[in-house]
Amino acid sequence: MSLSTQFDQIFVFLQHWIEGFFPQWLQPAVGAIIAVIAIVATFPAIFAVTTVLERKGLGRIQNRLGPNRVGPLGILQPVADGIKSLTKEDIVPRSADALVHFLAPVVLVVAIFLGYAVLPVGRNMVLMNMDAGLLFFFAIGASTELSIFMAGWSSRNKYSLLGALRAVAQMISYEVPLLLSSVVAVMMAGSLSTVKIVEAQSGFTGIFPHWYVFTPWGFAGFVLFVIAALAETNRSPFDLPEGESELVAGYFTEYSGFKFALFFLGEYLGMLSIAGFAITLFLGGWGAPFSFLGFVPSWAWFFLKLLGAIFFFIWLRGTLPRLRQDQLMNFAWKFMLPMTLLNLLVAGAWRFLGDGWSRWVICSLVLISAYVVLGRVLMRHQHLGPRSYRYAE
Amino acid sequence: MILGFSLAFLLTAALTIAGALAAALLKNLVHCALSLTVTFAGLALLYLQLDAQFAGFSQILVYIGAVAILVVFAILLTRGAGVPEYRGFSTSWFFGLVIASAIFALLTWAVVRSLPAKSAVAAPSITVQSIGASLMSTYVLPLEIVAVVLTVALIGAVIVAMPESRTPKSEAESSGGK
Amino acid sequence: MNPLAAYLVVAALVFAIGLAISLTRRNAILVLIGIELMLNAANLNLIAFWRFSPHTAGHGDGLTGMMFAIFSIAVAAAEAAVGLGLIIAYHRHTKTTDLDAMTRMKG
Repeated sequence: MSLSTQFDQIFVFLQHWIEGFFPQWLQPAVGAIIAVIAIVATFPAIFAVTTVLERKGLGRIQNRLGPNRVGPLGILQPVADGIKSLTKEDIVPRSADALVHFLAPVVLVVAIFLGYAVLPVGRNMVLMNMDAGLLFFFAIGASTELSIFMAGWSSRNKYSLLGALRAVAQMISYEVPLLLSSVVAVMMAGSLSTVKIVEAQSGFTGIFPHWYVFTPWGFAGFVLFVIAALAETNRSPFDLPEGESELVAGYFTEYSGFKFALFFLGEYLGMLSIAGFAITLFLGGWGAPFSFLGFVPSWAWFFLKLLGAIFFFIWLRGTLPRLRQDQLMNFAWKFMLPMTLLNLLVAGAWRFLGDGWSRWVICSLVLISAYVVLGRVLMRHQHLGPRSYRYAE
Repeated sequence: MILGFSLAFLLTAALTIAGALAAALLKNLVHCALSLTVTFAGLALLYLQLDAQFAGFSQILVYIGAVAILVVFAILLTRGAGVPEYRGFSTSWFFGLVIASAIFALLTWAVVRSLPAKSAVAAPSITVQSIGASLMSTYVLPLEIVAVVLTVALIGAVIVAMPESRTPKSEAESSGGK
Repeated sequence: MNPLAAYLVVAALVFAIGLAISLTRRNAILVLIGIELMLNAANLNLIAFWRFSPHTAGHGDGLTGMMFAIFSIAVAAAEAAVGLGLIIAYHRHTKTTDLDAMTRMKG
């Protein structure tokens, strides 16, 4: 086996080697436990790195330094954050519903961790190769909405309840474009299994890969999926439910200490897992971008793409202003839903138009004209004047 | 393997029944809705144990992700959260309980008496692709009808639940007509 | 006991509990919760029978039970929406969801 293949499969070899120490009947369980430990160790570590990157990145975008006291260039900040959240006093309001208040972050974190089970991190590196893997992920994502409602309602606080209702309304509205924009990739790959979707994108024509993002319907699907993913995870510019200037802290106003850290962890892990699924569905998963770069291990490509996605999300957070609730809902139901349905039609037409340059032109034209027309129709009542700047004198 | 059933089945069945009982007995409406969610989750796990993966995940997606949230929103919109101002159980609760127990006894007797002692059937090999193929060939008519039913039902629900718009014109008309 | 019989008894128990909720509780939303439990119990029945019966490709590709259950899930969601819409509309008129007080047809 060549050196690059060995390095590619190094974690699989490691898992089989540890399994070898146990009797035959125990080996599948041990293998699963090792994979679970790997997931529980890796993704919270990436979460810690993400918090530092986010604070430094946002700081630089806003023309200031981020945290720079703890460790060189502030990279040990997550350690300080972790110690702080573990040692803070855990205050539960007296009139709060204690059991539901306690269970809400637990349900959120459990649901989010379950979603990582079908994410193919590398070649042969997926915890469960389920036939309906994508449906499993979306089903588990739908259960996180309930935990947000539990958090908001159990705090017996007007701001929490309002934030929770807004968050649930937003998540439900964007659930539909999220699912529909991923159906395009499922349709073209012919399977709901994430492993098969990645394998369908692992071919090369010349040096260019067969990623779905390089097709008109795939690009539209990717853009729509990323927007819906941002809204699903309550991430800027869709972070009205947790906007500090609006609702104190939304549905986790009354949480302190470790439970707040759990909510924070759940939210960022959700962002990482949905970014991972965007990569799996549209960006070729663990595939290399050019055929001559195949010697780099598959899991390295996946994490590089994940890092790119994280940077993109941080960039969006620092740049775009927050959307209002009615603007949010209008956008979801009046723009994204028709675009995703049209995308499905275009993807079907793509398959039946046969190979050749004509299908590229026709599909791109249809999508671009739909985007322009829908945008004009939605903006016809907005009277935007020329931009003006006022500086403090 | 207690009593001939696997531990997974016993635990899941116990979870489901506990959730249903909690939904029946709790006073706080939101707690009832949340224990209903636990029941739905237990039922989804039972479907997964029966090798019906697609049905199990659809159960989680539709029931926990949509119906439970609908119920909770309806509770909040009808100010049902908190202590209710009327007693939880109706005055004729005993007869309801008797009827329910009678039906349970009848169903259990029918099940236990009619089935043979042991029948092992191999697990079916169902792929999502076969479900999709049969939805588009054998079951295409029910699929389209269910789509129409869902559309009509949800438009109707929105119209029924929508508050009547109080424009000055409609108020003047309704007061002028009297 | 037969594994099929075990699943059917669980389904019968959930059905009976749902029926008890619908018959004994006073809040209209709880009645709807009971109805959802009954529908779920019927779904469990369907899937249990599908699993423990021979899967010949003659009638309905051997998928009849599961298909029936999936359609039932979809229709139950629609029915829950309509029922809850009705309860919300009634609450707007009479400010109550007490079933024992819903004795008049006139608003």
